[in-house]
Amino acid sequence: MEVILQNLTKRYPNRNKKIHEDIIAVNDFTFEIPDGKLIGLLGPSGCGKSTTLNLISGLQKPTSGKIFFGKDDVTGLPPESRGIGLVFQNYALYPHLTVKQNILFPLENLKGKDKLSKAEMQKKAAKAAKLVQIQELMDRKPGELSGGQQQRVAIARALVKMPKVLLLDEPLSNLDARLRLQTREEIRRIQRETGITTIFVTHDQEEAMSISDMIVVMNAGVVMQTGNPQEVYDNPANLFVARFLGTPPVNVFHGTVKNQSLYIGEEAVMKLMPDSVSKPVQNSPEASGGVSVHKASRISDGTEVYVAVRPEGFIPDENGPLTCRLSGVEVMGRDISVVSANSASLAPKIRSIISTEHKVNPADPFVRFSLRPGKVFLFDKETQERIRFQALEL
Amino acid sequence: MKHTNFNHIKGWLYLLPALLFLAAFMVYPLIDVFIYSFEEGYNSASQTYFGVGAYNYSYVLHDPYFLQAVKNTFILVVITVPLSTAIALLISVGLNSIKPLRELFQTIYFLPYVTNTLAVGLVFMILFKKTAYSDGFINLIIRWFGGNSVDFIDGPYWAKMFVLCFYTIWVVMPFKILILTSALSSVNPDYYSAAKVDGTSRFRTFMRITLPMISPMIFYLVITGFIGAFKAYSDVVALFGTDLNAAEMNTIVGYVYDMLYGDSGGYPSYAAAAAILLFAIVLTITCINLLASSKKGH
Amino acid sequence: MNDYEQAARAYKIRKNAATAVTYLFLLFWAVIVLFPFYWMILTSVKTYGAYNAEYIPRFFTLSPTLENYADAFTAVPLGKYLLNTLFFTVVTTGVMLAVIILAAFAFARLEFRGKNMVFLIFLSMMMIPNELVIITNFVTVTNLNLRNSFPGLILPSVMSVFYIYLLKENFEQIPDSLYYAAKVDGTSDFKYLLRVVIPISKPTLITVIILKVIECWNSYVWPRLITDNPNYYLVSNGIQEIRENGFGRENVPAMMAAVVVISVPLILLFLMFRKKVMAGVSRGGIKG
Repeated sequence: MEVILQNLTKRYPNRNKKIHEDIIAVNDFTFEIPDGKLIGLLGPSGCGKSTTLNLISGLQKPTSGKIFFGKDDVTGLPPESRGIGLVFQNYALYPHLTVKQNILFPLENLKGKDKLSKAEMQKKAAKAAKLVQIQELMDRKPGELSGGQQQRVAIARALVKMPKVLLLDEPLSNLDARLRLQTREEIRRIQRETGITTIFVTHDQEEAMSISDMIVVMNAGVVMQTGNPQEVYDNPANLFVARFLGTPPVNVFHGTVKNQSLYIGEEAVMKLMPDSVSKPVQNSPEASGGVSVHKASRISDGTEVYVAVRPEGFIPDENGPLTCRLSGVEVMGRDISVVSANSASLAPKIRSIISTEHKVNPADPFVRFSLRPGKVFLFDKETQERIRFQALEL
Repeated sequence: MKHTNFNHIKGWLYLLPALLFLAAFMVYPLIDVFIYSFEEGYNSASQTYFGVGAYNYSYVLHDPYFLQAVKNTFILVVITVPLSTAIALLISVGLNSIKPLRELFQTIYFLPYVTNTLAVGLVFMILFKKTAYSDGFINLIIRWFGGNSVDFIDGPYWAKMFVLCFYTIWVVMPFKILILTSALSSVNPDYYSAAKVDGTSRFRTFMRITLPMISPMIFYLVITGFIGAFKAYSDVVALFGTDLNAAEMNTIVGYVYDMLYGDSGGYPSYAAAAAILLFAIVLTITCINLLASSKKGH
Repeated sequence: MNDYEQAARAYKIRKNAATAVTYLFLLFWAVIVLFPFYWMILTSVKTYGAYNAEYIPRFFTLSPTLENYADAFTAVPLGKYLLNTLFFTVVTTGVMLAVIILAAFAFARLEFRGKNMVFLIFLSMMMIPNELVIITNFVTVTNLNLRNSFPGLILPSVMSVFYIYLLKENFEQIPDSLYYAAKVDGTSDFKYLLRVVIPISKPTLITVIILKVIECWNSYVWPRLITDNPNYYLVSNGIQEIRENGFGRENVPAMMAAVVVISVPLILLFLMFRKKVMAGVSRGGIKG
């Protein structure tokens, strides 16, 4: 079942009564979720991702905009009529019921023609339990289960009605690191086996990237970028997305584009193809029929920009153009993490990941880098939108 | 939206039974009692009255039985509230300082709470009463110590007052001990350790650390104690029977009920005036208490 | 070294003395509390003749008898009083539970216009003393011809604002996500209340039930006002009736047997649920 969100907006009245302006939790969210995919809704806390999930589930009603499941407009439907399964961050298992009773609970609410016989219910519950592999826990109470087991029960309860859409709210945040890894594979497997369109909310970018078919990055109620995880990582649309994705995070410098070169501080770190630097101009959506079109426009010489460099974009090079004060080298086995500093950097520390073939002497006062053009992104200082460029390969 | 409208109605539907009970047996009577208290010469049989004014209050205030009841109630309050709080504090401190048998003691001390005031009052009466056949148990003890036997139930005023105070304290103790023990055990033991290391004496520790830390709870007990003692009635009935005016042992609440019903009853207007006077007294005393404590707090 | 030893010994002696004094004091109060219970049991097993023959009361009896208990049930309608009280307690508590659970759920979970204002009114009702409203209630019940009837006894005793408040606080502890999970599964509010809220809140409900049972079992003032027919007496009025014109003569042992009989149920209930009762009372039970 594809899920279509059309100009979805949710406003709350401000809790502080003195401020009359509403809080906009979700602002003009338009997105189409293809059938049978696993979608990660990603963003820092308070970005509106949980509200979006609640709007899809029907627990909250949008201020404006529409939600479609396939061709059906479900915007006005209560949650129980939407055919969704929802897994809560704290699992919301009924503490006084056994695992089995918990899983049976949604089935017992079915009425009319959907009503099931006792035997059918048992069969469905057993099937759901088998899917998440908790058959042997059926008679226990939630309090006797580990976090990971409770998580499975919650998923089984959400799946037992065979929902059209499965929604997961921060499904892994209450688990410890080891279980988290294991459980996210588990979610991926269950999603593949059932083929149910699944949307999950997380603030953990690694989690979202590792299992999603598509990610939606949100900030302050606005969708920043959507796409396949690798694509979004390789091609961030703005500074926020670039900074939010990737661990360690991207390193941001003050830079300048002049004389066909990119400068970080006073150092020219990269030659640019003549006339290749352009920035998008956003047309008003109304003018272009609801779709925003990015039209390139050239930027003038001497424009100041943000330069974001992924940790893996640094190559130690004795003759490299970027000079940094070396403050530490951490050997991590698979690769080496070099911590350094540069006056043009926004953060006090620059963290770069280099392969073990390169040697950096921790005792050296300075380290010099050359940069991989594909790992360097430029952003407009005002709009923080991406500025495209092509490096001149030498 | 239709859905939301229904939700509003649903909330009120869930509240409806509670609202009906509240309106019929609390809100309406509350308004009505004031009306009664100003209706002069109300006749409960014909439900008529011939005037509106403060005569009921004046009658009650000049009624010697009411004045006796006020005097009795005040004496009871002034003696039992401080005394029971102090004894409860002593007992709680004792309970807190021991480990073995603590739960047993706590259970025993709580027993009066779950007993029928009227029933146990009867036992107290038997213990204190002096009859033609027997001096009773308490007089036996008094005689052991060389005293003269007294009839505590039908005898002199102060003997009766003593029994009343004693029984009242016995009845209110469980609640006070319970509250104070839990207040004491919630004081962080680190304070005691610190005081011990500094060589502070037990008494000083108690006065300077324990008492200030549990003072809100003591204050709470004093206020509820005042309110409770002003409403004393069933323990008095238990000891001295229902004809309290004859026994000179009536309380304000007893006066209200006597006016309402019974041999001297049938005057809801007088009862209403007396009940409102009682409420005014309790409210005033509670306000004075609150004021005193907030001054002390600064 | 010797000085230290001496100091240590002195400290130990002082400490032991303090402990001994503490125990003696606690024991003293325990005796005061327990003695009336002992006396009533003791007296209840003495024969009428033996009791009246003791000018100096004796602390024990060598020939205990149960005949006073038989008297208590045959000479006065104690069984009737007990049944009345049981009926009154069960119905009052049951009706109260239904009323306060619905109200507390509305306050804790449902959204409706005017909720906060109504709740404020409810809270302010906690401050109204019973003595003020009982006058009109007496007149109301009399005018409705409900004197000497169970509806007249029960209806004004049902409502308890404090328990609504207690339950509302408790219901609010249940995580919102449980409610949303139930909503997603298509559970109606009422079914959610029955299947989830009530089972989860069982401990608090039990506390409320026990406190209300104690209150009902011991209630005296309202039943006294509203009943003068012994067929509707509760135990408190019954005991007063027994005292004033009970056994035809001053039969103290039989009276004590009656006292024992009406005290035992609550004491058993208390001993069974000791922790719950004490926790419930310390959360705000003031003997009614």
